[in-house]
Amino acid sequence: MLEVTSIKKGIVLDHITVGNGLKIFNKLMLDQVDYPVVLLMNVPSKAMGRKDIIKIENNIDIDLAFLGLIDDSITVNIIKEGKLGQKKKVEIPKNVKGLFSCHNPRCITNFDDYVKPEFELVSSDTLSYQCEYCEEITEYKI
Amino acid sequence: MNKLRHLIDPEDFTTKELDELIKLAKEMYHHPEKYNEACKGKILGTLFYEPSTRTRLSFESAMLRLGGSILGFSDAATSSVSKGESIADTIRVISSYADIAVMRHPKEGAPKLASKYAHIPIINGGDGGHQHPTQTLTDLLTIHMYKGAFENQTIAFCGDLKFGRTVHSLIRTLARYNIKQFILISPEELSLPDSLKRSLIKDGVTLKEVSTLEEVMNEIDILYMTRIQKERFFNEADYNRLKGSYILDLAKIKTAKKDMIIMHPLPRVNEIAYELDQDPRAVYFEQAKLGIYIRMALITKLLEVDLTC
Repeated sequence: MLEVTSIKKGIVLDHITVGNGLKIFNKLMLDQVDYPVVLLMNVPSKAMGRKDIIKIENNIDIDLAFLGLIDDSITVNIIKEGKLGQKKKVEIPKNVKGLFSCHNPRCITNFDDYVKPEFELVSSDTLSYQCEYCEEITEYKI
Repeated sequence: MNKLRHLIDPEDFTTKELDELIKLAKEMYHHPEKYNEACKGKILGTLFYEPSTRTRLSFESAMLRLGGSILGFSDAATSSVSKGESIADTIRVISSYADIAVMRHPKEGAPKLASKYAHIPIINGGDGGHQHPTQTLTDLLTIHMYKGAFENQTIAFCGDLKFGRTVHSLIRTLARYNIKQFILISPEELSLPDSLKRSLIKDGVTLKEVSTLEEVMNEIDILYMTRIQKERFFNEADYNRLKGSYILDLAKIKTAKKDMIIMHPLPRVNEIAYELDQDPRAVYFEQAKLGIYIRMALITKLLEVDLTC
């Protein structure tokens, strides 16, 4: 099997649903950074059968709400001095601000650029969010 | 200091508060002279980013009848908006010019945005196809004036139920008063949005949907007519095909109850024949008049005017 060494300090995004690894990699713009990053795809997993993993050899700020929107099966492992420092399970965010835009073309948030669209989750099955301004429903799709 | 109150959505007020407003509006209607100095020294800002003669004049009339003053613009082209000023900046400036403001805007959610930056109460005077809460308040007052209560009334809505924000808002608000059945009369293309139907049914409301006025006319206590708006259609052929549907005339109300009332948010195009204007059941012009009194009540509430002196 392909072997990738452990990282000393940084973040490991584990249990990514197969296929989402590349999407997250692109969304986080990890192709443009100057520190080591690894994207592992289709890795065998006891719990999931197959999974994707992203290893980032740096301490960066990652928005857990953003990850939760894309894939709520992800576990975020913070690595310090080669050891697991903290483990966080992401969740589908109940409230989202500024992470995506309102699908209603008549919504004020699509016109005044200083306004960050705000949403409240109405269905976690369909990732449907209600806009705080126009009240229209937007289904989030990666 | 009390938290600043706004009216962006009818749900901003509890049904108890709505009842108090209706009561106050009735009192103002019957004894307007008692309130002609209630807002002396206060200024209402009228921020109309799109034309709306009726709503604007109704608000202006309301403030002037309360002894207050008005300032504002009635077209975005004549304001600094045409220079690219944001809503946030406009409202922060207006907050020092006026004591309360009403905003009409073509974009949905604009008054909500304004309320986040304002230091004065903001009233939503209509935002695109979203909300028009003072029309809802006007409708509630009209029903209460003529029927004395909301309960035990059969209320029918006719015309454009898909895009008509006044209908959506009124139905939602009446549902809070435990009205459990509405009759919906519309062509299939203009029926009430599914999302609203689902939410009403979830709240235990029964919706009776029919496609002609005649089949339900004898059951109706309150008939709410709406205009089929040309600007809501993507093509003219669809508009021309449907605009003549659901025209109310004397022949159609032959089987109606003697105390039924006919309401309309106005302006009408051709959905109510002029021959009906003289019928005592036609209350739409009185409805427009009542709009002034509910707005007077609303202004005093948001300005927290002490009416006991």
